[in-house]
Order: sequence, then structure tokens, then C-alpha cells
Amino acid sequence: MTDARRRQRILALSPGDRVEEAWSRLDIAPHYRCVRGPETGMAMVRGRMGGTGKAFHLGEMTLTRASVALEDGTLGHGWVKGRDHRHAELIALVDACAQHAEWEASLEEGVIAPLAARLAEEHEAQAEVAAATRVDFFTMVRGE
Amino acid sequence: MYVAVKGGEQAIGNAHRWLADRRRGEREQAELSVPQVQGQLRLAVDRVMAEASLYDPELAALAFKQASGDLIEAVFLLRAYRTTLPRLAESVPLDTALMRIERRISAAYKDIPGGQVLGPTYDYTHRLLDFMQLADGEVPAPERAEAVRAACPQILELLDAEGLMEREQDDGSEPFDITRDPPDFPVDRATRLQMLARGDEGYLLALGYSTQRGYGRNHPFAGEIRQGYVDVEIVVDECDEPVCIGEIALSECQMINQFGGTREAAPQFTRGYGLAFGHNERKTMAMALMDRALRAEELGEPIIGPAQQAEFVLAHADSVEASGFVSHLKLPHYVDFQSELELLRRLRREHAATQPADNPMPASPEAQSS
Repeated sequence: MTDARRRQRILALSPGDRVEEAWSRLDIAPHYRCVRGPETGMAMVRGRMGGTGKAFHLGEMTLTRASVALEDGTLGHGWVKGRDHRHAELIALVDACAQHAEWEASLEEGVIAPLAARLAEEHEAQAEVAAATRVDFFTMVRGE
Repeated sequence: MYVAVKGGEQAIGNAHRWLADRRRGEREQAELSVPQVQGQLRLAVDRVMAEASLYDPELAALAFKQASGDLIEAVFLLRAYRTTLPRLAESVPLDTALMRIERRISAAYKDIPGGQVLGPTYDYTHRLLDFMQLADGEVPAPERAEAVRAACPQILELLDAEGLMEREQDDGSEPFDITRDPPDFPVDRATRLQMLARGDEGYLLALGYSTQRGYGRNHPFAGEIRQGYVDVEIVVDECDEPVCIGEIALSECQMINQFGGTREAAPQFTRGYGLAFGHNERKTMAMALMDRALRAEELGEPIIGPAQQAEFVLAHADSVEASGFVSHLKLPHYVDFQSELELLRRLRREHAATQPADNPMPASPEAQSS
């Protein structure tokens, strides 16, 4: 997965206020303008028959997208499920800033890595709760 | 037929004001908030999203609150909102094998890679009312155990070295979309699945049940049922590769059914598939039963039950369409009814004219028997 694609994924999976909080702790404050959106629409979600077969349309989900331009013309794009305009704008802004070598590392260290770590923690906690409901059939075997 | 009428604005305004008052309830009680609905009435929210065919938990919770808990009205509200939004993207087909599992069971295979995980289920509860919930009881945090690092592959694909199971393969065909073009019967399986996915749960449950009772029997097993979260990736012009926009909660059911087979192909287990937004297990089971039942023609089975008749099943599955057409009976039909009255009076005059003068109109047989 490319860095840009990974950043987009981590930022989209994280709640908007958490992204805002991580961004605000950085001392990057570039001038930028929105060149598209933020705007809310829908994505049509596709499934596969039997999980692996031919595609079919399951239904739609809300989706917000934004594109920003920094003063030097660097473009950034962001997409996120739901209707949070600021969230999409921040993803686009991080995408634009990360294309600047002087900001890329601090964005990775200050935003992406902590957000990724927090998501991993949450997923781990959820997996532990699920694991406690795992069925142990061996307890049903008698005298063997 | 109904006709436009004027008047009643004041009455309608006051009726809606009264409705809002009813929705609010007694003012001594705290008002129900949308986050409360979203967080504590999750299964209602999930059902609204699935049947509205729009994934947005906050808006589904709002619709549920606005509809005073009337699920069909809430589905209608969210479906109506959907029409106001442009479509920005299409997703890559979801890879449910990569689901972050909350629940995953099989009634067909006991030992499955990744294990049987019950998740937050109502199964095995005693269905006794819990009067503690009338009081303010503290709820303990869920138990934890060491997480297992095993992948959870699709069981039906994995545990079948003998080729006993029908395989599902992608031929890359572009699926039909009922939101862009009206379906024209007969419809293919992709279209049927899209219509079933938004179909009313109660209706699909009843029809699925009818197949179990013999009206199109196909002997199902719950091969695999899973719930959890799956990344959604969309295709965009700005990137060469699909981008992840977040994850959604999903329920999936893989039904294993009795044998297909032809002179050329050996008998195999056949499959029915159910997939829905949110935690909608019963819905996905009913959907999988119906997917399989509607494959009757394709699999060369006799069509003996209503559940196997695609046009009948699918044309009546959408609660928005169904409630719309039933509810329109409440609109003014005064002119229509007037013409029926005129017709009936004429028929009765003609009938009376055929009767002998000393034998006035007798009561009808129905009137005598009732």
C-alpha cells in the first residue's frame, strides 16, 4: 500500500475530532483553499455473491469528499464515509502537506502513526472481547 | 384514482403539531436524543439502514426518532433523504473474508479456522423479561480473553477439498442497478440480491419460513454466519488504486442447500447468500433462504411455492413501495367513489326492473347467511 493510500485509510478510519486534535498539535499551518467541496453524496457499496462471486449492489452509504490546494498549488484529496465536511477537508489537507518533504515526517510521526496506533489498540480490545465469546467444543468431549 | 382537493391546511398544521407533541411525550421525562438512539437502539438503527438502502447510523437514528419508532416510516424517511444526494463513487466489491469479526458461527462445520465466536447475541438467552432493566442497574464491561491472530477465511470456500460445494466465482460482469433502471422481470441474481437486501425483513422472513415448511423446500444449513466490520474502498479518478473511506458494520449469511446437478455435472451442495448493513442476522438468514429459493429455475427445480416466484416475491418486498400504495387509499377518492355509487345505483335499478312487480328485490344470499 502506498504511503498516500495508507494515510487516507488511517485518517478515514479515525473519528473526525481525533484527526482534528492530532492536526492541531502540529505546528503546520499552511494557507490553503478548497478547490472542490467539501461535499456530501453517496457511494454505492458492492458485495459479492457468496462472498467471493459476482458483484451485486448492496446499497449506498453517505460519503464526503474534499480537495484542497496549498498556496504553491499542491493539490490534496480526501474522502470519508459520513457527512463530516471538516473531516474530509482535513484528510485532503494532510494529503497535500504530506507531499512536501519538510512536513512529511512530522505528519507521519505526529498524526498518522499515533492515529494508527490508537486504531490498532481499539481493534485489539474488540478482538479480545470477541475472543471471550469463542466456543470451546473440547469441553463437550466425554471420557476421551 | 384520487383527485386533488384544496383546504384543510389549518387542520394539517395542527395535526402535525399534535404529532410532534405526542412524539415528545410527557415533558417531565428527558427527551430521547439521537445519540441515545444510535448507541442504545442499535438493532433498530441497523434495520432502518438496511431497508432504506443507505448506510448512515446517525441519520437512521434521527429517522427512527422522528418516526416515533415506526420502522417502516423511518425507512421511508431515510430512503427519501437518499434521493437528495448525488452518487460520487462506487465501491470495490467488499471482501468479507477480511472482516474484523465480532461474531462468526457455523452450524455445518464444528471446527473452523478462526473458531466459532458468538459475539453479542440474543441466542441462548432465556427470553425472560429482565425486570432489572426497569431499574437503573450498572452493566459490567464485557469479558476479555486473549485475541487469536487467525484469519477468518470464508468457510465454504476453505473446507471443501472434495468439490462438494458449489463455488462462487467472479466473471467480472457489471451488475444491474435497480436505483438507475427499473427492473424488468425476469431478473438476474445480482438484481435479485439488490432487491432482497432492501426488502422488508418480516416479509422475507415469512417467505423464507414458507420454504422450510414445504413450499419450495431446499433443506438449508447455516454454513457460516458472520458479523463485524469491513473496509469500504472506492474507485476515484485522482488515484490509481482504490482508497479506503472507512469501515461499515455488516452481517453475512452463507446457506448450504441441497443438491443441484445435471447429466454432465455431478450433484453438489448449492448456496444461498445474504448480506446486510449493520447487525441484521435474521434478515441475512431470510435473504439467503430467498436467494436460494429464487434460484429454482436456474437449478431446474419445480416451482411449487410462492417463495420461488421471483416477480411475486421481489415486486412486493420493498416496504416503501408497499406502504406507499396501501397508504394512498387514505387520500381523497371522493370522485372515484361517487362514480362507483352511480354505477351501483344503476345496476340495482336494472336488477329491480327485471323482477316481477309482486316480488320486490329479495335480500342477497350473503345478506341472508350473515
